[in-house]
Amino acid sequence: MNAPLNSVARAPVATRNNAARRARMLRAALPAVSLVVLLATIFIMQPRAMSYMGLNLMLNLAVPIALATIAQMLIISVNDLDLSMGSFISFVACVAVTLLDQHPFLGWLALAGCVGVYALLGALIHSRNLPSIVVTLGMSFIWVGGAILLLPSPGGTAPQWLQALVRIKPPLIPLAIIVCIVLGLAMHFFLMRSTVGVVLRGAGGNPLAIAKAGWSLLRIKVAMYAMAGGFGVLSGLFLVGLTTSADANVALRYTLLSIAGVILGGGEFVGGRVSPMGAVLGALTLVLAGSLLSFIRISPDWQIGAQGAILIFVLALRAAVNRLEVRPL
Amino acid sequence: MKSRRHPLRRSLLCAALAVAPLMALPVASHADTADKKIALSNNYAGNSWRQLMLASWQQTTDKAVKDGLIASADSFTTAENQATEQAAQIQNLILQGYDAIVINASSPTALNGAVKQACDAGIIVVSFDGTVSEPCAYRISMDFKQTGIEQMDYLAGRFPQGANVLEVRGLAGVSVDERIHSGITAGAQKHPNLRVVGEVNGNWSPTVAQKAVSGVLPSLPKVDAVVTQGGEGVGIAQAFVAAGRPLPAIIFGNREEELSWWKKQSDTQGYQSFSISSGPSISSLAFYVAQQLLDGKQMPHDLLSPAVTVTQQTLDASLKDLPKGGIVSETYSVDDVARLKPAASQ
Repeated sequence: MNAPLNSVARAPVATRNNAARRARMLRAALPAVSLVVLLATIFIMQPRAMSYMGLNLMLNLAVPIALATIAQMLIISVNDLDLSMGSFISFVACVAVTLLDQHPFLGWLALAGCVGVYALLGALIHSRNLPSIVVTLGMSFIWVGGAILLLPSPGGTAPQWLQALVRIKPPLIPLAIIVCIVLGLAMHFFLMRSTVGVVLRGAGGNPLAIAKAGWSLLRIKVAMYAMAGGFGVLSGLFLVGLTTSADANVALRYTLLSIAGVILGGGEFVGGRVSPMGAVLGALTLVLAGSLLSFIRISPDWQIGAQGAILIFVLALRAAVNRLEVRPL
Repeated sequence: MKSRRHPLRRSLLCAALAVAPLMALPVASHADTADKKIALSNNYAGNSWRQLMLASWQQTTDKAVKDGLIASADSFTTAENQATEQAAQIQNLILQGYDAIVINASSPTALNGAVKQACDAGIIVVSFDGTVSEPCAYRISMDFKQTGIEQMDYLAGRFPQGANVLEVRGLAGVSVDERIHSGITAGAQKHPNLRVVGEVNGNWSPTVAQKAVSGVLPSLPKVDAVVTQGGEGVGIAQAFVAAGRPLPAIIFGNREEELSWWKKQSDTQGYQSFSISSGPSISSLAFYVAQQLLDGKQMPHDLLSPAVTVTQQTLDASLKDLPKGGIVSETYSVDDVARLKPAASQ
């Protein structure tokens, strides 16, 4: 934040503040705007999507991605990066279709153990001052290895209650949308509006100040990693409820999707600058971009590139808005 | 793309002309599917087999649309070979109102949720090559275990006095690899004088296979034969040449570069071998199965597609019309659907 303030120091204080606030609002609105534009285009291309069933079909696989994105956002907000998110969620999925289905008690114990491992990772990364990228990259191999040990060939069955849970059809609004809204709002109030949230984010943005104010950075990191592990577990469970069975590679793509979701949603790799609402919207944008391409019916040769082009376009808009913030009109 | 498709198109046209008189009668009964839409959901397009598979789909469906057999048959490929992405793609296809979805699946199980949703929406789901285990879907696939046994049967006839065999496997953890391997193991039990002396993973790629075989060769006794899963033959041959070892009998996978190499060796030094793989035109077969199901035909849910083999006798004929980078394949017509054999339910 220092650079922007310096470069506009010559402008009168009032206009500078106004312009900066406008740019910040624009930045916060961007994820929502891109999502609305995407949805509108989809509804025009495929009016059938504008129904309860349509929204449910398009968005139910977005819920595990949104949960993974929130988990990744918690890690990014303490200025770390989790490269094991996808393999962790795959591991959870494998636990869910094997242990959790046959021995529920052991299954829950294993899932609680997963959260515990994440908390330990946070402690390790903080106390030994290790780069999180390296530690989590190493962990990703461990998770995949564990998943293959549990489920050597694709299969397994998700517990019936889990399948029923993710298929609940509430009146009027599909479950996927309700979960996303609740998730976004809850995390927004927790992380952006509560006192605890300010401290947690501060540990990423300005760890020195937080430590000087008497907070334990170790406990903050452990708490954030444990919460990330918790959301990872939720993501894996929701995913496996939808797919009904798993394989060891089922969610590998979630690592990059979750990072992309956080960034699309207005977060940054600097610690402390994240937006829970934006992260959920970013995850939805990623999923809907895929749907849109399939509705436009572009040739398969181009589908692969086009999905990337949409992401680059949204990020370019972000960059443009960021420039506004640095040098207001 | 255009120029590469040409030979295929030509052979298809020939086949179409040949069967045209036979086709004249059934056309009337096809009118029932004239307003139906079929979609292809494909998980990967990054190797020659998949490219030819997509080209075969395109050829067959273009003609079917022109003939009024079907309203449309679009193909969709996911950006990355990931089950979650393909599940989302299938849900989009449900939403787009397709009457049948033909799937080459990234995972035999992880798409089951989406496939069930499609079935519940009254959509016919046909999976081929990479099949799905959801009972409501139809499955067309080669009997992979049988291809493993056939490779060993050929070697047993070729080396009646016994032989040392090296097994080059595919991608670890994938069900096809597991099934071909079980066939090889069964073949080794059936012919006890064939001894499997080594086992490496070639990942269905000539370059990976070359590296893997080069790495294991120094530790092996004399290798008389190599069994493969298709597509890595030339890489294996190069590994033997580089190590200064005598060339073993390598079982090939119907790729043009493999057959050309085989032909050159057999012309110069009387090299003999055998080649077996599934043909990429299985996508056309899957299309016809979907169309026939839409037409109201009853079929078992598990169908066996024939394997395509090339022997020393048919080598020249197979190579003649094969374009560079192509794979030996059969041209299927709607009548082949009736000849499909049911498979044991999975």
